[in-house]
Amino acid sequence: MTQVLLPRALDELWDFLEEDPNTAVYSGGTDLLVNLRGGRINPSRLACLERIEEIRGVRDAGAAVFIGAATTHTHLLENSLVSSEFPVLTKAIRVLASPAIRNMGTIGGNIVNASPAGDTLPPLYALDAEVEIVSRKEAKRMPVSDFIVGPGRVRLGANEIVKGVWIRKAPEFNVRHFEKVGLRKSQACAVASLAAALSLSEGGKIERARLAWGSVGPTVVRSAEVEEALLGRELEIQMLAEVARLVERAVSPIDDVRASAQYRRIVAGRLLLRLAESGCKN
Amino acid sequence: MKIDFRLNGAAIQVDCAADRRVIDLLREDLGLTGAKESCGAGECGSCAILVDGEGKLSCLMLAAQLEGREITTVEGLASEGRLHPLQEAFVEKGAVQCGFCTPGAVMASLDLLRRNPNPARAEIREGLAGNLCRCTGYQKIIDAVEAASKIMQRRERP
Repeated sequence: MTQVLLPRALDELWDFLEEDPNTAVYSGGTDLLVNLRGGRINPSRLACLERIEEIRGVRDAGAAVFIGAATTHTHLLENSLVSSEFPVLTKAIRVLASPAIRNMGTIGGNIVNASPAGDTLPPLYALDAEVEIVSRKEAKRMPVSDFIVGPGRVRLGANEIVKGVWIRKAPEFNVRHFEKVGLRKSQACAVASLAAALSLSEGGKIERARLAWGSVGPTVVRSAEVEEALLGRELEIQMLAEVARLVERAVSPIDDVRASAQYRRIVAGRLLLRLAESGCKN
Repeated sequence: MKIDFRLNGAAIQVDCAADRRVIDLLREDLGLTGAKESCGAGECGSCAILVDGEGKLSCLMLAAQLEGREITTVEGLASEGRLHPLQEAFVEKGAVQCGFCTPGAVMASLDLLRRNPNPARAEIREGLAGNLCRCTGYQKIIDAVEAASKIMQRRERP
């Protein structure tokens, strides 16, 4: 039998982690418990984080918003601050797995799991989100793109956890777009996805662009070359088709059960074309 | 370990391994075989229950997590010898064929109707996106949830 601990505060969690460093932490359990049952991990104890209030919920911190790691996807979907400030995140969560999984799974779990197909990750990259990492002694922040180093690999030391994620409000981005291509509409892992935040001038010229692709590389892909190529241009199909060629070169997808690398490469580029429909809308 | 929670409206204490899956606790220890295990990995929805009113998958929860929670399974829906309007609608509309997915679909529908008492058909489809049914083709399930939502709304109005 594996012991299951239910810490109610971070101080209690630190005690547990120090007592036995082979204690695995989880919240929703939608990935960890599947891996446990499949014998892919073998922790000596489990600590469930779902009752630690300090790491739950959404907090307006003025220029930025803090989202606690143990906040469920459903909570985020129903949160008006998130949907008004970061609609690209809301759009991604709306197509994440199924309602029951969204009731259980958390944003912190999606980040630490670091799947290239994690649906919240392209929006977090496009929003330049920062991950807050805490241990008993210290708290630090790093960009999500530095925190995630490969599939399932993150910069998290012993006895550290992700406390949450910070996202700066960026009202200048007036086009916020997310699209996922999967093998079916619901409950589908992304074959390729795109999160985009663009700032259009009154004349319709792109002044700022942040784009992030999921499922087309070992981590979420951003490309400075692609983003720069969009600047000063209008959201128009011919231009986007040209830039799509740069996207095809910027991504590094693999073949797997869901799609071939070549298909993913083409889809990653074509996802850009949808932005032509965005005009000045959200 | 001893775990105290409420199950279908009544306080209960169980003594089981902390890492026993809730689906196993319900079915094997407590004899509540409404929730079904199919995929065991969060993809099919047949093990859905309500935890503090929210739809969750009992194959992905450990017994220790139940401490202090309010659990509702499909067995807890009927009252005073009468089926819940959702159950009645499933029967009435022919939304049940083999029945294996039915308890999970009913629980997922309850979660949906609590958040959105008057869903459009497309919203019902989204609400049931995590519940696989290999028999009905889903249309009759959607018919049932739509019918139940109307009945439930009427009953809630004075």
